[in-house]
Amino acid sequence: MDSTTVFLDAFFNRAVIDKYLPDILWGMIITVEVALAVVATGIALGLLLAAVRSFRVRPINVLIVLFVDVLRALPPLVLILIIYFGLPSVGIRLSGFAVLWLVLSLVLAAFAEEIFWSGILSIRKGQWEAARSTGLTFLQTLTHVILPQAVRMTVPPLTNRTIAITKNTALGAVIGVPEILMQAQTAQSFSGNATPLLLGALAYIVLFVPVVVLGRWLETRFAWGRA
Amino acid sequence: MDMFISQFLNVEIIGQALPLLLRGLGMTAQLCLAVVPLGLVGGLLIALVCLSKHRAIRWPAFVLVDFFRAVPPLVLLIFIYAGLPFIGIRPSPFVAVCIAFLLNTGSYYGEIYRAGIDSIGKGQWEAARSTGLTTTQTLVYVVIPQAVRNVLPDLVSNTVEVVKLTSIASVVALPELLYSADMARSLTYNPSPIVAAAVIYLILLWPCVRLLSRLEHRVAR
Repeated sequence: MDSTTVFLDAFFNRAVIDKYLPDILWGMIITVEVALAVVATGIALGLLLAAVRSFRVRPINVLIVLFVDVLRALPPLVLILIIYFGLPSVGIRLSGFAVLWLVLSLVLAAFAEEIFWSGILSIRKGQWEAARSTGLTFLQTLTHVILPQAVRMTVPPLTNRTIAITKNTALGAVIGVPEILMQAQTAQSFSGNATPLLLGALAYIVLFVPVVVLGRWLETRFAWGRA
Repeated sequence: MDMFISQFLNVEIIGQALPLLLRGLGMTAQLCLAVVPLGLVGGLLIALVCLSKHRAIRWPAFVLVDFFRAVPPLVLLIFIYAGLPFIGIRPSPFVAVCIAFLLNTGSYYGEIYRAGIDSIGKGQWEAARSTGLTTTQTLVYVVIPQAVRNVLPDLVSNTVEVVKLTSIASVVALPELLYSADMARSLTYNPSPIVAAAVIYLILLWPCVRLLSRLEHRVAR
């Protein structure tokens, strides 16, 4: 066999594609499920934390900053292993899916809180004062005046960070979540062929290139907000 | 509470695992010394290619950058480590990690540099060129220094991400910090070594995260 045939046989093997494509597609569904769950809970929790932080209650804010710092400093894989292997030994049993969702949500929440908080800080004091002087309560000012302006500015950095964190769903392969990478690795070892790994990579490209391009577009679209 | 401590903060087990963890930390340090400069230099090259005036050069670069930003680094790593042997190329775990990081983090660093260079006004180029500097001199002495200063927080933030990311090398059995900790866990049936590894990561990265948080909020104000 010449080298082209070897290459095609290893990475573009028709028989292997036909046999394992359904598995990879199934993995894509799982990946999308985890990713959507992570984005929903992560961003909601991040926004909630940033809103709570703007009340500036000292002890609570210290806790929030601590939470954010720890989750920003630790590699997600370390957290996944601690929770996945640690919790059963104190009697709590969570599925791989639940652990992956929990860890990535917390990590995204930490990053999102920082981004939202930056946005809130960037709103001038006059906005607070004007809104309060019209008789709005603190909470009304926050939800009707400050957050709508702050959130707008956070769209580009938040999108990029969210993409980076949802891609970490691939870490689920380490704890047996049957997402794309897990399916690809299993198929690779059953078939003795590298084609499933390429299919897996392509599956991520299909899922994430549109989001990456969207992120790029948002960055130019909202660029004025930073001036 | 006692059960919690013996499971997660077991001093005896952490003491036993400590030499292993420190050796792992040494490997993590070597890995960082290899992949951070690779990413910083590779990213700058990628950014320069993306700024080329010729579409035929610029577009493939953009496509590749988006490509490598869309594929999770772990997938890229497994592809290189487990896929390439099928066509007769057998990279060691260390080399596989370096290649995967060059492609993935290089793309991220590239995007950051590009944003920085974009942020430098056209006037800077024109002024530098009109004093007789060549394009290369303008880039090296005028544009890049200002661009790097503008995106310094992003560069630091990405570097923290790169250091954290070295933990995925454990999946291809490179004996870095997390791999050593996980090995100690499976030998002792106790997750304390991973908690100890987490503490080591925290000690290393917390100061950077604190600094970043200050930089980010100052810029925002």
